[in-house]
Amino acid sequence: MKRMRGETLINLLLAGMLLLVPLAAWALEEPFYITLATRVAILALAAVGLNLALGLGGLVSFGHAAFFGIGGYAAGILATHGSDQMLVIWPVAVVLSGFVALVTGAISLRTSGVYFIMITLAFAQMIYYFAISWPAYGGEDGLSLSLRNAFPGIGTALPLNFFLICYALLIAALYLFARIRDSRFGAALQAARQNEVRLAAVGIAPFPIRLVAFVLSGMMTGLAGSLFADLNRFVSPSMLSWQMSGELIVLVILGGTGRLFGPVAGAMLFVLFESILGGFTEHWQLLLGLILLGVVLFARGGLVGLLAGKARHG
Amino acid sequence: MQTALLIEQILNGLQFGVMLFLMAAGLTLIFGVMGVINLAHGSLYMLGAFACAAVAAATGSFWLGLVASLAAAAAAGAIVELLVIRRLYDRDHLDQVLATFALILIFSEGTRWLFGSFPLYLDIPPLLSGAVDLPGGARYQLYRLAIIVVGIAVAIGLYLLIAKTRLGMRIRAGESDREMIAALGVDIRTLYTIVFALGAALAGLAGAMVGALQSVQVGMGEPVLILAFVVIVIGGIGSIKGALVGAALVGLVDTLGRFLLPLSFSFFLGPSQGATVGAALASMLIYVVMALILAFRPRGLFQAST
Amino acid sequence: MKKAMVAGLFGLAVSAPGVALAEPIKVGMITTLSGGGAGLGLDVRDGFLLAIKQSVNKDIEVIVEDDTMKPELAVQIADKMIQSEKVDILTGIIWSNLAMAVVPNAVAQGKFYLSPNAGPSALAGAKCNENYFNVAWQNDNLHEAMGNYANTAGYKKSFILAPNYPAGTDALTGYKRFYKGELAGELYTKLGQTDYAAEIAQVRASGADSVYIFLPGGMGIAFMKQYAQSGVGIPVLGPGFSFDQDVLGAIGDAAIGVKNTSQWSKDLDNPANKTFVETFQAEYGRLPSLYASQGYDTANLILSAAAKASVQDADAFRAALKAADFKSVRGDFKFGNNNHPIQDIYVREVVKEGDVLTNKIIGVSLEDHQDAYAKECKM
Repeated sequence: MKRMRGETLINLLLAGMLLLVPLAAWALEEPFYITLATRVAILALAAVGLNLALGLGGLVSFGHAAFFGIGGYAAGILATHGSDQMLVIWPVAVVLSGFVALVTGAISLRTSGVYFIMITLAFAQMIYYFAISWPAYGGEDGLSLSLRNAFPGIGTALPLNFFLICYALLIAALYLFARIRDSRFGAALQAARQNEVRLAAVGIAPFPIRLVAFVLSGMMTGLAGSLFADLNRFVSPSMLSWQMSGELIVLVILGGTGRLFGPVAGAMLFVLFESILGGFTEHWQLLLGLILLGVVLFARGGLVGLLAGKARHG
Repeated sequence: MQTALLIEQILNGLQFGVMLFLMAAGLTLIFGVMGVINLAHGSLYMLGAFACAAVAAATGSFWLGLVASLAAAAAAGAIVELLVIRRLYDRDHLDQVLATFALILIFSEGTRWLFGSFPLYLDIPPLLSGAVDLPGGARYQLYRLAIIVVGIAVAIGLYLLIAKTRLGMRIRAGESDREMIAALGVDIRTLYTIVFALGAALAGLAGAMVGALQSVQVGMGEPVLILAFVVIVIGGIGSIKGALVGAALVGLVDTLGRFLLPLSFSFFLGPSQGATVGAALASMLIYVVMALILAFRPRGLFQAST
Repeated sequence: MKKAMVAGLFGLAVSAPGVALAEPIKVGMITTLSGGGAGLGLDVRDGFLLAIKQSVNKDIEVIVEDDTMKPELAVQIADKMIQSEKVDILTGIIWSNLAMAVVPNAVAQGKFYLSPNAGPSALAGAKCNENYFNVAWQNDNLHEAMGNYANTAGYKKSFILAPNYPAGTDALTGYKRFYKGELAGELYTKLGQTDYAAEIAQVRASGADSVYIFLPGGMGIAFMKQYAQSGVGIPVLGPGFSFDQDVLGAIGDAAIGVKNTSQWSKDLDNPANKTFVETFQAEYGRLPSLYASQGYDTANLILSAAAKASVQDADAFRAALKAADFKSVRGDFKFGNNNHPIQDIYVREVVKEGDVLTNKIIGVSLEDHQDAYAKECKM
């Protein structure tokens, strides 16, 4: 009981911080920090998607950047062809990423372990090289979005408004994650991660469950990708790169794999590191690597794990 | 299509395959014996190239540089194993991926700190310079032939090591059942360090040899790393034979694909369009092949005995 | 992100000649300082800062940040510089894809952007903007000049090669725009590819009399080394990007004799250039590359405009920038209607001077050359 309240407290704290910082920045007329917070929210959303597959399902996908990029390109391509309504772009991004997740997942999930990791990487690389070579939509140069996309009734060009939209979507995704985790489906998924044989012995086939989780996970990350394109007013193939996939995994682990607010904590930490460490030295990635290494070796549960203790076994 | 061109392209494919084999052999050994996914293998490749370039520049001798690259990579491998990898044996793949990913950052930025941002200069030794004439009218670069020869020698050497020596016996035993050989009193820790250092040395050798051919710069290892993973996945993790076959397959498919696909598409689409479409498909080709193979053989072509 | 602040002294009205107003100018430089392509960014930065240091105008503050070649990071840094640091002028981007991500938004917000390198065609044509100035060239220029030189040099069967991405396809388009001979082959390689055995084999089999390559950075180094070893022997042509100081050392003697085009060379005979080359070498211990010369010119352009108008008066400052009344290391300098330079493009040859590989001008390919997209610009 006490541990559960501890984690809930941490979650509330994180949610609160993420909301308060941009509000304060807005009051102080420092719009840049609102942009930074929006970046945190979007990366967190992408990581929540990955957390579903990786944290709950134990599926180490090294190709989630594919969905992130697909969402981004959906936004970019639609914008190029004149459609600029977020309410149109989001469903397209979600459906498209979901479809790609379905197809690649159906093949990838036939493998396991390191083979799974590699094949997810391979699919992402395929899409990456395809995007670079396709000149119609910018290729290596990427696609520019001239204006931020529109949401009925809200002036999305204002940083705070856009942040609130992203924040709302993040909270919705977290809610969805929690519901999935606590449902029968979620239980089966986590059981598949922990002991596949036992699950099969009970008569539940792991493959369809994992596939559904993988597709949902891809959809969430795809949605984040379309928001990211809106934030930067730019889509580039680097959203599809393996480095991006690695970054998403880093976000999940830094925060705490499988924990509800793990991705939020991870995104906060990562963006903080990027900004602060970068201020110290040109070689800040060296420090980042050392810190990551430290987290993996010594702080197994990530930030949420450190603060709230081990997850209660559900 | 001329025979000479075809012969040259096939040799190119083999040379590329040999380089991948050196990387893949180390990776597959490390994974097969120790169960560790080592993303930092590309950094060891880079380290070998930098060591060779630095020593060759200081002493004027490529051969000394080559020795230095083997030594430096093996030493780095041993240190990394002792400090980091050792703690990852009991961890799941996710932790290993992340820890070795962190190592990539550390190695890359550290190398840039030490050596600066401009590419380094590494020359082919005069002994191996120039081109030779081959039967069929082809001319081929001597150094590339040398790489193929070295690769075959390493393959034979590895085979002898694994099949005929006590160390090899322990390695094979370790691949089959880690806990058992510990129970039988074999010093696992030293074995692991040796295997890791061996894999690292192979990567360093590949880096140095290829560095003379291409360029020596930070980040040169990661593209090769990804391809090496493709190789071991196709070949079957833990199998050196699989690494050899996989490497040859990947090397040939990629090289011939880059050559034949734009050519074929040019017939339908004209030279410029055909070249672009063909090139795009060629860059995706290896991944498509890997996905196909995994669709039918989810554990690769030569599944290890585990 | 690195903050290297070269602080300007504020406030004290300096009555030195040539400084009209002591209005501080804040310049934000976003460039590539890490990773494989860092050499170009470092050169641009060093050239830029050298000019600032040599100037009598001490009211320029320069903030330098590293974009690590990632477009999203460049956008983020640009946002920070505009919104938080409130810079007046942005500059520094090396790569065209990053420029396309940052520039349209920056100039739409009323900030000046001066490009010391990237010159994408979109920004020279339909998307040109009065606040966007390109001090280097339009991407196609150096390739066009080489296509032209190939004609005068008598090459009739060229084999052309570039990576398969927009700057690569633009490069070959530029070459073909001026080149009148036959094409023995046209190949697009993979971006970041390091092994060119397959392509070199095709060059050998094609019967070409010349090879034109656009392979920036490590790609070019790899190609040249392999090409030299392959025994093919057909003369190589290229833009200055692949054959300048930043990579010549790594390519080694394999580069000697290669002809390349550039808007600048260290042996250009004018006083500004002589000073530049000497002081650069004294300050940094290496010879400048064309990237450094571009950074230097960009800074001097800003300084010349600052001497005539205050940056707070956008219209006046813009006019002062357009007038380009400064001593460029290229000699005379002027902008076309689309704010891109109209300039001479030289042909250079790689030579060895003592121990050092460098370039020497052997002729002019295009005089007073304007880019092909100026007509599409409505300015």
